[in-house]
Amino acid sequence: MKKTIVALKGVDKWYGNNHVVKNLNLEVAEGEFLTLLGPSGCGKTTTLRMIAGFEDASAGRIEVQGESVDEKEPYQRDVNTVFQSYSLFPHMNVFDNIAYGPRIKKVPKEQIERDVEEMLRLVQMTGYEKRKPDALSGGQKQRIAIARALINNPRVLLLDEPLGALDLKLRKQMQIELKRLQRKLGITFIYVTHDQEEAMSMSDRIAVMKDGVILQLDKPTEIYNRPNCRFVADFIGESNILSGVVTLAEDDLLTVQTQSGTVKTKGAGFEKGEEIDISVRTESLSCSAEPTEEFCIKAKIRDFTNMGTVTKTSLILPDGKEIRMSTFEQDPNLSEGQEVYVSWKPEKSTPIHRDKKEAESCQ
Amino acid sequence: MSVVTGRAKKGNRLPMLAQAGPVSLWMIVFVTLPMLFIIFISFMSRGTFGGVEYTPSMESYETMMEITYFHVITKSIGVAAETTIACLLVGYPFAYYIARKPADVASRLITLLMIPFWTNSLMRLNAWMLIFQTNGPVNNFLVNVNLIEKPITFIFTDGLVLLGLITNYLPFAVLPMYSSIEKLEKPVLEASADLGANPRQTLLKVTLPLTIPGIFSAIILTFIPALGTYVITDMLGGGKVLYIGNIIKNQFGTIRNWPLGAALSVLLLAITALMLFLYSRFAKVEDMEVV
Repeated sequence: MKKTIVALKGVDKWYGNNHVVKNLNLEVAEGEFLTLLGPSGCGKTTTLRMIAGFEDASAGRIEVQGESVDEKEPYQRDVNTVFQSYSLFPHMNVFDNIAYGPRIKKVPKEQIERDVEEMLRLVQMTGYEKRKPDALSGGQKQRIAIARALINNPRVLLLDEPLGALDLKLRKQMQIELKRLQRKLGITFIYVTHDQEEAMSMSDRIAVMKDGVILQLDKPTEIYNRPNCRFVADFIGESNILSGVVTLAEDDLLTVQTQSGTVKTKGAGFEKGEEIDISVRTESLSCSAEPTEEFCIKAKIRDFTNMGTVTKTSLILPDGKEIRMSTFEQDPNLSEGQEVYVSWKPEKSTPIHRDKKEAESCQ
Repeated sequence: MSVVTGRAKKGNRLPMLAQAGPVSLWMIVFVTLPMLFIIFISFMSRGTFGGVEYTPSMESYETMMEITYFHVITKSIGVAAETTIACLLVGYPFAYYIARKPADVASRLITLLMIPFWTNSLMRLNAWMLIFQTNGPVNNFLVNVNLIEKPITFIFTDGLVLLGLITNYLPFAVLPMYSSIEKLEKPVLEASADLGANPRQTLLKVTLPLTIPGIFSAIILTFIPALGTYVITDMLGGGKVLYIGNIIKNQFGTIRNWPLGAALSVLLLAITALMLFLYSRFAKVEDMEVV
């Protein structure tokens, strides 16, 4: 395990009677790209602002490089922030904006000029020194905001939905660039977003937050394949969630009786008779006109939606519940209104405890 | 429908005239024409028994060059500048304080600021006189706590005039600066702190430069009226202290030298125009905070 650079220990934040961050514990390793992911109002931005020093924690301790920063003002902390609204200084041109930090630190003039040039090269904005922020597009402003933060050589860069205001195509491009930049510079990134795709494509680890609590903290693939609660399963990617009772538990293979039929799934730590939820990714489903050997449940095809790269098939289960399946191509043997049999590989689905406390907070 | 729009396109000016006409007419008749008339009579001669004799002359402007008038003018400009600077120094922190309060608290504070402004100015000035007169509360207090032996003469002094001017024009300075500071985006200030600037550096490098339009408006709105005022200087200065506003008033009133009064008015107009010109050079029209 790499050295911890930022640590949150039992951090709470209250706004009046509003408990927005609840006993948060988080350790971020040096050079890591960690994303705080969650719907709006989950406390992710507040958490980031507490690390930056714009908000005081109501309780708990925040450490940067092993040292408590609770008593430090934002300008005394060795972290830099990239804001969602860019927040460039409108009365300064690009050069002055980027040079702001080093000038405060009284870096020699020639050094500043060299550093600004290098930063502009890094964010591919060479030649824009004299422009005012007003004359830049959203993507360009964000590059300058990133350069303005990075020139200070921060140990940790905090990014608050930095790509939120950009259009889809530019956002995708900037995601790749940001990730490359982070690898190249080896700086720790703490990234806040509500966009699960963005989190998946960029992060080393993702902390999924809801109502001020981290529900799951893990690698993107683990979070995707092994969501630990209903909310995470639902929030990350597209999942179908079925509820049922475990009727048989052999090793890790579970047989579950749902309202629509008997299905199988795989997961450790479940007992016979337990009520559970099963999360199945839309791309893990398959359906055929004939029943399959291991298990299958009956369904009726409602309709197909072509999404470009994938086709989504909407299926209605006998109990009226709708589930969705995505495939790269539409099976020519299937048609709307047809009765089909749906199944999946047990290991491609995830059983989720119902009775656990964390599962409750997910409801 | 198409007929109507077609007609409008051909240049039906009636709606435009109906909207802008009355105001334009009002301004021309009651502002522009009198102003042109003032400029006109400033180049005429003084009538023997007052009034204006319509023979062209530069007499008034020559009188204005006399050292007495020069002193009055420089003094007036000096006092107006002092008023403006004091209003900025007191007004900016106050405006900043209000702007950083939640909207409901801010509007209450602004109301408090405006109450004396809405009070009848004669009442307000007479109150100042009563407070500061020889046996008024201020002198009584100072004598009673043994700070002074004899009452100080406050009224009819330059100091009281300055105090009167500052209190009178403070709201004009606070309001435009408040609206300028209030528009500052909080993340911009946070960005400054994030980049290592302490509060003083943020104030000098970000807050002040970004609120310059408000500061300029405050200067315009205090300096120009403070330069031309005569009620405050007349009452608190008792006519003993002479300012350009009082002299103009006296030329049109008791002394009845209209051309000289007009010439002095033209000078005030010129100073105002110069300031507005400078202002428009430094601030964009959309940034103007003149409320």
